[in-house]
Amino acid sequence: MECFRMIFQYFQSNSESVMNGICGLLALASVKMYTSFDFSCPCLPRYNMAYGLGIMFVPPIALFFCSLLLNRQSLVMLEEWRRPQGRRKKDLAVIRYMCSSILQRAMVAPVVWVIVTLLDGKCLICAFSSSVDPENFVGFANASPVQVQQLLAKVPCKDDELMRNNTSRKAVSRYLRCWSQALGWSILLILIVAAFLARWLRPCFKQATLLQARHWSNYIDIEQKIFEETCCEHSRLFAHKCILHFFENMQQEIKQHSFNLPREEEGAEGEEDLLRGITDQGQVNKLLKMWYYEKPPL
Amino acid sequence: MDKFRMIFQFLQSNQESFMNGICGIMALASAQMYSAFDFNCPCLPHYNLAYGLGILLVPPFILFLLGFVLNNNVSMLAEEWRRPLGQRGKDPSVLRYMFCSMAQRAMIAPVVWVSVTLLDGKCITCAFCTSVPVETLGNASHSGLSQGEIKRVLARIPCKEIYDGQELIANEVAVRYLRCISQALGWCFVLLMTTLAFLVRSLRPCFTQAAFLKSRYWSHYIDIERKLFDEMCAEHARSFAKVCIQQFFEGMSTDLAATRCHPPRKAPADVREAAEKLLGITDQATMNTALKSWHRCKPPLHLHPPAIPSGNGWAGEEQPPVHPPVPRRETAAYYSRV
Repeated sequence: MECFRMIFQYFQSNSESVMNGICGLLALASVKMYTSFDFSCPCLPRYNMAYGLGIMFVPPIALFFCSLLLNRQSLVMLEEWRRPQGRRKKDLAVIRYMCSSILQRAMVAPVVWVIVTLLDGKCLICAFSSSVDPENFVGFANASPVQVQQLLAKVPCKDDELMRNNTSRKAVSRYLRCWSQALGWSILLILIVAAFLARWLRPCFKQATLLQARHWSNYIDIEQKIFEETCCEHSRLFAHKCILHFFENMQQEIKQHSFNLPREEEGAEGEEDLLRGITDQGQVNKLLKMWYYEKPPL
Repeated sequence: MDKFRMIFQFLQSNQESFMNGICGIMALASAQMYSAFDFNCPCLPHYNLAYGLGILLVPPFILFLLGFVLNNNVSMLAEEWRRPLGQRGKDPSVLRYMFCSMAQRAMIAPVVWVSVTLLDGKCITCAFCTSVPVETLGNASHSGLSQGEIKRVLARIPCKEIYDGQELIANEVAVRYLRCISQALGWCFVLLMTTLAFLVRSLRPCFTQAAFLKSRYWSHYIDIERKLFDEMCAEHARSFAKVCIQQFFEGMSTDLAATRCHPPRKAPADVREAAEKLLGITDQATMNTALKSWHRCKPPLHLHPPAIPSGNGWAGEEQPPVHPPVPRRETAAYYSRV
């Protein structure tokens, strides 16, 4: 019992670590999806570029939306942004902080996909094989332009009958892969340096504002969770009372005296406290509406 | 008892994460089912399209229905929808909320099936191999075959072992082309679904948050009320059985005592307690009446001490509260247990 309460409290207070965990899982899922995806370049002149760039950019967008969906805090932030002001002012710094932390976490899985794609090289080879300068490669230098386009488009397909033993194909492939990997490592390096600088230089600017924003964003998150918990408990007690009243009515109808009533009164006092005077549907609806339209001031 | 209450509370307040876990499992099951399925394209002109599209669309429909069947809340929704009005009105927004949340969860496994099928490419290759543009990719005029013959040859593209149209169009070229189209469709489908889900989720706080809070509360309430009622009935049945059996043995021992002049023993304490828990319902007819009445005429959502039903229903939204509301509600909103 204590154990459950402690786990509950841990998750409540450490929503950041839960979000980091989800972020990591999505990054791993992104890598797994890429390795299990069967990349098959069409090897046709105009289709290559569309396919290659599509595989590089469309899944990251889907992963980005997925990360936003799985992150509970994005919903909390939207609710905080759109709520009516009521008696509690809105602090834009808090909303900005929440937004930036959500976006940073949502960007991890797409960036992982793009980097893995570049380091692997297949996408770039597929997309840009037709754009290579044929003069640099012996096998393609002496063909007509149309033929060159057709041949270059087939470079990504190793098993194609025209390309099977073509050494120039391997040269083009290696060339493009080299560029792809260089691009991948450069992007990785730039991102890591940027993250490092952001982390180190942050305390130099507006640290106090940051601490406040972080505190109040945690507060909003916890407040939301506790409200839901309290609502659940309230509805449980409401149901309990409702059913007991139902049985009492039955007793009255069949005109038998219930000798349980005195004991119920004592238990009911403790539960009355927990019901907090909210004992009918209209009051509950009003409570929920008030909670939304006029959150209490801090 | 307190321990069960804590677990109950934890599951209830984390019902979303519990249901999300089930969705994840169904999604994985769907992907696993697809990889275990042995796809066998018939490689005949008209059958290919039927088979390919059938495998693409029929299993998702079955998975969608299965998602509803496996969801415990379906019977709760049906019960709430079909119950007589009685003293408690019906709120269509609560029913809509329950249906929408069930439908959203049931959609996940079909969407995963369709995505995996499209990204794999076998279905589309099988279904549309007769529609490959032979003029651009192969040599249509060169072969001199009739249209029907060409279709028959193209239909064999998915079956590499029996394919005999290398002069018409190379097998690898056609397969790569169809697979590229299939994968492009697959990723577009995935993007469309995630964008839709994101929009649905993020537009809700902008428009209907208050109504949403209300519907969510009352749908949880209906679920909890049903479970609590079942619990209480089970407890009642237990007490009923205890008292019944005790009375039987008392009856037996009274008969025996009458023949042997022994005084009947006093009922043990726990049976007295059980008798108290019976809430005054002590025979079958009364219990049947209680259960019938629970279904036909649920009590109003109004807990004030005068136990006479006052007819507040779901429809009555703006009932003035009996107690002075403001100070108590403030206490409720501020009270924190952390």
